[in-house]
Amino acid sequence: MADAIRVPELRQTDGRLCPSGDWTLLALGPHVARLRRELAAAPAAAWDLSSLTRLDSFGALLLWRAWGGRQPAQLVLPEAFAPQFDRLAASDGAPVPRRPPFGPVDALAALGAVALGLVAHLGDFLALIGRLTLDCLHLLLRPRHWPLKEFSANLFKVGVKAMPVSALVGFLIGVVLSYLSALQLKAFGADIFIVNILGLGIIRELGPVLVSVLVAGRSGSAMTAQLGVMRVTEEVDALTVMGISNYVRLVLPKVMALSVAMPLLVLWTSGVALVGGMLSAELQLGLSYGFFIETLPKVVPPANLFIALGKGAVFGVLIALVACHFGLRVKPNTESLSANTTASVVTSITLVILVDAVFAIATRSIGVPV
Amino acid sequence: MSAPVISLRGVSTRFGSNWVHQGVDLDVPAGEVVSLVGGSGSGKTTLLRQMVGLLTPTEGEVRLFDEPLFAGNREVQRQRRRRFAMCFQGGALFSAFTVYENIAFPLREAGIATEDEIRELVALKLAMVELLPSHAALMPAELSGGMIKRVALARALALEPELLLLDEPTAGLDPTRSASFVALIRDLQQQLGLTVVLVTHDLDTLAALSSKVAVLAERRILAFDTLEAVMRIEHPFIQEFFLSERSARALTRGQGA
Repeated sequence: MADAIRVPELRQTDGRLCPSGDWTLLALGPHVARLRRELAAAPAAAWDLSSLTRLDSFGALLLWRAWGGRQPAQLVLPEAFAPQFDRLAASDGAPVPRRPPFGPVDALAALGAVALGLVAHLGDFLALIGRLTLDCLHLLLRPRHWPLKEFSANLFKVGVKAMPVSALVGFLIGVVLSYLSALQLKAFGADIFIVNILGLGIIRELGPVLVSVLVAGRSGSAMTAQLGVMRVTEEVDALTVMGISNYVRLVLPKVMALSVAMPLLVLWTSGVALVGGMLSAELQLGLSYGFFIETLPKVVPPANLFIALGKGAVFGVLIALVACHFGLRVKPNTESLSANTTASVVTSITLVILVDAVFAIATRSIGVPV
Repeated sequence: MSAPVISLRGVSTRFGSNWVHQGVDLDVPAGEVVSLVGGSGSGKTTLLRQMVGLLTPTEGEVRLFDEPLFAGNREVQRQRRRRFAMCFQGGALFSAFTVYENIAFPLREAGIATEDEIRELVALKLAMVELLPSHAALMPAELSGGMIKRVALARALALEPELLLLDEPTAGLDPTRSASFVALIRDLQQQLGLTVVLVTHDLDTLAALSSKVAVLAERRILAFDTLEAVMRIEHPFIQEFFLSERSARALTRGQGA
């Protein structure tokens, strides 16, 4: 086996074509272009395969195609190589079906599939919420069945472990926002309004949205991937067979955990962002920390804080629901897993920004000093 | 006598503080069908994965085609890797590809055959593993267990390997399918002159396929010989494995097949 490769050749000796050497995929590799040319130029003549040392199905296929799909009339074929051509002859009559080309009708069908897919998504999402509500009602009477362990594990994963990264991002955003605003305010001599801008902007708007984007990217994607792999490995089916509700065990703890963790993360991130802003304001405008802290509650009515916490909880529930929705739709292949994880993150961020706009309109007369 | 296709010298493997193998020596001659047997956790699959370079032994040397597996530059290694193929236990088909694309993939990567030739080669491989051309359009998720094994075998055969490694080729198949899959592997091995190394628990498969049996127990190769010779060895594990009443029935059945 370890003996050297013999170079495949095609020779003509007294009117007969004699392929020689190793006609195998490995040996043909560097010579295939030349041999294809020689085969194409070969005259219809007698063939002699007796000087071949090795032949595999690729080598046989090259000869078979040169012969036009049948054995030539005059052929010397050693016994050992005959099965290769028998197999080729057998499979020749049953070609692999070609995929039909993509036409205008297919385009229309694809468009229809997208529209129907959207409707199916809405239906599934509603069904998910419905199932979850029913399961919650069912659990109301059975306090011992609440998935508290999973809840606590999820709370740690999505809440506590997200604190460093959200603090870092919040702090930097606070610094940058404060620095840029300070440049403008200085020009108008309205330095002290930096507290109003940072307070309202961060607490009411930036904090919840920033944390949502972070959590959607960090925890939402993880939830979708986890549920998706559980679908692929049939763990979800195993739970169903055991008579344990997927919604109670898998979806509910995630929704509960995010609905609790998100407001807390919003509080934490906004706090750190304000510290960053305060630091930058002191350096840039010479605004003392004491003044900043004293002024903040006066210019930002407490209603803003409650709006922020409410937003956090709603966004958290949304992100968890969207993540679970896409996670449970994963089909057992890698492509579907990646597509659903992407869709999960994109959808939850988009949805959060949409719902944030609704919040902005609904609460436009609350907590804004006129 | 040409050099052995696979040669293990003093291969030892440690997982944590647990030695799985200690000083395994094995030479697989060309053209043989070698079954690797042993109890659960005796490291059969580990040894198989070391042969193809998925795992590196803690100590010892693995040689394929008389060269160390990782010798030479990238191109030399790639050429060497094209000379062997492995069928994984679960098939390991690319789930985002159709059956056709799965089999065509290694051929396309090799970059030798044209697209038309690939089409005919895929049809040929499908016929070789007794699948219909219409199966080519299916996705792996739509296949039954037996079909997955067949497609995996077709994909492994795509690059015309000289050495084929099979991890539990018949696990998860019903007896009829298992028997027909074994017959298929045996026919292909005889037609193509492959060297085959397989890991199996199934005594029917073992008796029907193997020309030699390597018994892996007590962290080493306990015996490496023909099935008859191995069965004559007086050793508690071998006696238990081959000579219990259930085993004897299976072996007779397999040899008759």
